[in-house]
Amino acid sequence: MQDIKAQVRQFIADNFIMGADGVALGDDDSFLEHQVLDSTGFLELISHLEESYGIKVLDDEMVPENLDSLSSVANYVARKQLA
Amino acid sequence: MLLHKSFEQAARRLPGKVALVVGEQRITYAELHRQARVLSHALRSDGVEPGDRVLVMMDSGAQYAAAVHAVLMAGAVLVPVSAQTKAEKLTFLLSDTRATALLTHSLLSSHWQPALAHSALRSCRVHEASHHAGLEPDPRIRPWPDASDDAPETTVQRIDQDLAAIIYTSGTTGLPKGVMLTHLNMVSAWSSVQAYLGLRQDDVIGLALPLVYSYGLYNLLMGLGLGATVVIERHAAFPVRLAQTLEKERVTVLPGVPTLYASLLGLSGLERFDCRALRILTNAAAALPEAHVQRLRAAWPHAQLYLMYGLTECKRASYLPPEWVDSRPNSVGRGIPNQEHWLVDDEGRRLPNGSTGELVVRGSHVMQGYWERPEENAQRLREGPVPGQRVLHTGDLFRSDPEGYLTFVGRRDDIIKTRGEKVAPREVENAIYLLRGVTGCAVIGVADDKLGQAVKAYVTLAEGSELTEREIIRHCLARLESHMVPQAVDIVDALPRTESGKIRHASLR
Repeated sequence: MQDIKAQVRQFIADNFIMGADGVALGDDDSFLEHQVLDSTGFLELISHLEESYGIKVLDDEMVPENLDSLSSVANYVARKQLA
Repeated sequence: MLLHKSFEQAARRLPGKVALVVGEQRITYAELHRQARVLSHALRSDGVEPGDRVLVMMDSGAQYAAAVHAVLMAGAVLVPVSAQTKAEKLTFLLSDTRATALLTHSLLSSHWQPALAHSALRSCRVHEASHHAGLEPDPRIRPWPDASDDAPETTVQRIDQDLAAIIYTSGTTGLPKGVMLTHLNMVSAWSSVQAYLGLRQDDVIGLALPLVYSYGLYNLLMGLGLGATVVIERHAAFPVRLAQTLEKERVTVLPGVPTLYASLLGLSGLERFDCRALRILTNAAAALPEAHVQRLRAAWPHAQLYLMYGLTECKRASYLPPEWVDSRPNSVGRGIPNQEHWLVDDEGRRLPNGSTGELVVRGSHVMQGYWERPEENAQRLREGPVPGQRVLHTGDLFRSDPEGYLTFVGRRDDIIKTRGEKVAPREVENAIYLLRGVTGCAVIGVADDKLGQAVKAYVTLAEGSELTEREIIRHCLARLESHMVPQAVDIVDALPRTESGKIRHASLR
């Protein structure tokens, strides 16, 4: 799960917060509240998760509890991979 | 009548009623009014004078709603700014407006701290300042006033000719320009909208739109001015969450834009959510595709769908009465109450019904002009039929049918409309040119089913440069609000140019 967290952190850093205003994002910090991702950003994150981990994010799983922080994403992906 | 008076009256009439719902939080009118009074008092004690510009850069929520009203109650001019605004643009906005105060949140400090150094601000009030250890010492940074304080209502002498707000919008030169609106402009727009929409005190307004732009801001002001309940949904990025909120809060009015409706309609089984309370749906910012009009009507047949058109410069210019939606799904109607409008050709001559031309709008909702931009004012505001009175040349092309029903055709300039927001290609190009290795750049809008238009950049590179498409997009994400960031970048060998050497955008479209 640490791997997933590190990989997702890298994806977010590479695609959303590199450059002028680098922000140190904590594991439990909300992407929304820190203005790291907006609706388009979440769609990109979801496609990335589906491609990288071979999972399918269902409508009902598309909620902040599963996607709005590094920890939530890591937990969610790990759960999906077990299922 | 001043813009914030309706809210103050509602707060006196309905102190115990829930004014705002934000997630699990419910705030009464009395509480929101108290928060606004205390903040207004704090602004005055910070030295904010009537007519001063105050920037509000906060995420949607109760503090934002309190801040909006606090600025107006202090007699100052509200300048709402997206919470996504990066340091460079914020620096520009602070200097362009010569703002004396900024209201913001500690979570956004990486954006406002660099801008603070270069500004003439007298104070920067920071919500949850104590939660953030990394704030640099600056005597101008002050905490949000204590939630348990109270302050008497401020009495600032203002009239309806005074500015209530300056709302920034994209300008063709690449620099955003501030639309100046008086209390009278905003109250007039509000009255015209209310005349056809008929919102009620018992309405529950579901607001998933950004509250810093005209459409969301007016819905917030109108809802709170009427004594209705406004449900702020910050999780609109998650369509299931939005649908759950509509059901749970029994939302009766949903203002939306095409991307918001598309994400709801994309849910498998939207009908499993009980949205029978919905009575009004509105669409603005961009045309709703005809197929989505039909699917919305099928999903929620009990709700009336209003297709509307407007621009920040006058808030609203047309709406289609719901009874015409099924027979004229592509039209935005024939104007709004208390407004005159017509189409003109390239020489400014008035055209009869059944023509295509630029829409011109006359009414007391038309802005005063762009803040300190005489050239752009001369272009947009011109002498109308009544001597000395100026009318708004919208820059939007419409086709009218024999009965005068308007259908949007396109922009007269090269402004891109994506996700319902305007993007100036120059602003994006300027950001891309900051990258070492970029020798040429042209940004255009390309048709996109979901976004209306998608932002696309064509870039040429210096010999030996190894910049990638992804790096260019990432660079833009760090500097621009996300709706301005190109969805696609093409690295090309050369860009089409005119004989004089200027890049010819038209050849790329």
